[in-house]
Amino acid sequence: MAAISRDEVAHLARLARLAVTEQELDLFAGQLDSILQAVARVGEVVADDIPPTSHSVPLVNVLRDDVEAPCLTPAEALAGAPDPFEGRFRVPQILAEEE
Amino acid sequence: MLSFDDVVARFEPVIGLETHVELGTRTKMFCGCPTMFGAEPNTQICPVCLGLPGSLPVANRAAIEATIRIGLALNCTIATWCRFARKNYFYPDMPKNFQISQYDEPLCVDGYLDVEVDGVTHRIGIERVHLEEDTGKTLHVGGATGRIHGATESLVDYNRAGIPLVEIVTKPVPGTGALAPAVAKAYVTELRDVIRTLGVSDVRMEQGSLRCDVNTSLNRPGGDWGTRTETKNVNSLRSVERAVRSEMIRQGNVLETGGTIIQETRHFHEDTGDTTPGRSKETATDYRYFPEPDLVPLAPDAEWVASLKAALPELPRVHRQRLQQDWGLSDLDMQSILNAGAVELIEQTVAAGASPEAARKWWLGELSRRANESGVELASIGATPAQVAQLQALVDAGKLTDKLARQVLEGVLAGEGDPAAIMAARGLEVVSDTGALTSAIDEAIAAHPDVAEKIRGGNHAAAGVLIGAVMKATRGQADAKTVRELVLQRLS
Repeated sequence: MAAISRDEVAHLARLARLAVTEQELDLFAGQLDSILQAVARVGEVVADDIPPTSHSVPLVNVLRDDVEAPCLTPAEALAGAPDPFEGRFRVPQILAEEE
Repeated sequence: MLSFDDVVARFEPVIGLETHVELGTRTKMFCGCPTMFGAEPNTQICPVCLGLPGSLPVANRAAIEATIRIGLALNCTIATWCRFARKNYFYPDMPKNFQISQYDEPLCVDGYLDVEVDGVTHRIGIERVHLEEDTGKTLHVGGATGRIHGATESLVDYNRAGIPLVEIVTKPVPGTGALAPAVAKAYVTELRDVIRTLGVSDVRMEQGSLRCDVNTSLNRPGGDWGTRTETKNVNSLRSVERAVRSEMIRQGNVLETGGTIIQETRHFHEDTGDTTPGRSKETATDYRYFPEPDLVPLAPDAEWVASLKAALPELPRVHRQRLQQDWGLSDLDMQSILNAGAVELIEQTVAAGASPEAARKWWLGELSRRANESGVELASIGATPAQVAQLQALVDAGKLTDKLARQVLEGVLAGEGDPAAIMAARGLEVVSDTGALTSAIDEAIAAHPDVAEKIRGGNHAAAGVLIGAVMKATRGQADAKTVRELVLQRLS
């Protein structure tokens, strides 16, 4: 039983906005399946007394005070924008109109 | 075509509300950028809110505390351990292609808020209160021909991206029947008042610091709950009520004619009061939530939560009970004030010097009537509590009659200034100059000798004709009672 289907890989590629060819789908679906099957072996040694770990350092409540810090200047802020317009980032329209 | 009454006779509604509240912290959720409303675009951003490589978020303590306080005020259980999560999506309102939110581990769960509608208390269950970051503002421009969607490109301002945003989700609310629209409005109103009382947000719907999505479904009595729709773009308290109502009517008509309701996002249109379908949303799994690796978990300890709880202010419901007692009002009177959204307005008018009776009379009478006529909230009608108090002071001082006061109020609503100034500018002050009144009375007597004779003969009821003539001569600016006394005195 495959851990991930070819359709699921195609769906994920769409969500990630990756243009994947049919040949690549065949290739990646197989490769991803091998990876997932390998990682899934970890589950074989999991016992009820071992909680899932998302953070490797045992820290909680790292907070900062509500104090202002300097911002970027508008020029710095837009420096990485390929096509700024009147102080704003200009981007192509991707989805249907929604505001 | 079924009317609202037809729909509630055939179906039972289930409503649910998702409310977003922008917190009024000085700085953003995960960085020290200021949060001032209305700043020049992209002047309140830094590498953290832009998601530049190497930048790391750190949670704002004030935002965490504000969220816990909201949870406590809504009778929630505060999580002893929870995490932030990444919500992944491609939409340019977030520069980093994800939004930091909370998913399966919200900070506060399982509470309730009691709201009153027509003297009946409805307990609205609270599913969760969680903390996330707000998104940037996109401005869609260009309307190229030949495209399905109107805009060709978007201009983005990230000043708002990263401002702490609290999402408050109710449990489904069944059993409200025809009151569903009113209950929805009462809930959002009460929630707004609670949050304003906590002082954690300015909760201004018109500025977007309080936003509301309304879920609605219908089912046949005794049947399973129906498919729900989610109505967005509901930007005023009045719209909350209208959106539920119009969606109930729409769904009722679809179902009655054998159609099915599609689970979808719909947009509310302020001008028509209708909803239209929006874009189909990605499903929760499409967002590929996972624990935010750059933020460590939150674990509010009992002591911290207890100290926040001890410092909660008097909440609106308790506050209203105290006001009702102070003002000596019946439950019914208090309810009508609440329904009109006038509690705070009356309270401030009383604080500005008016009696509770007078304050109530103005806000529930003339001002409510005009607000209804023009379809605006009472609070945004254009008269302030201080102006109403000043108006009443002029009445109390005998400078304005009730009728003249209403004319002055008209000026206040038209933005002509404060009552005293309007009274002077429009020349509306009561004619209390006895000389002027006496000459008007003498003229009236001379013009109606027969009536004068009757009065001299003891027929005081005939005085009405002379009073009318005097009021006309003074353009209504005399006090009728004073005129009557002077007429009778002159003819005795």
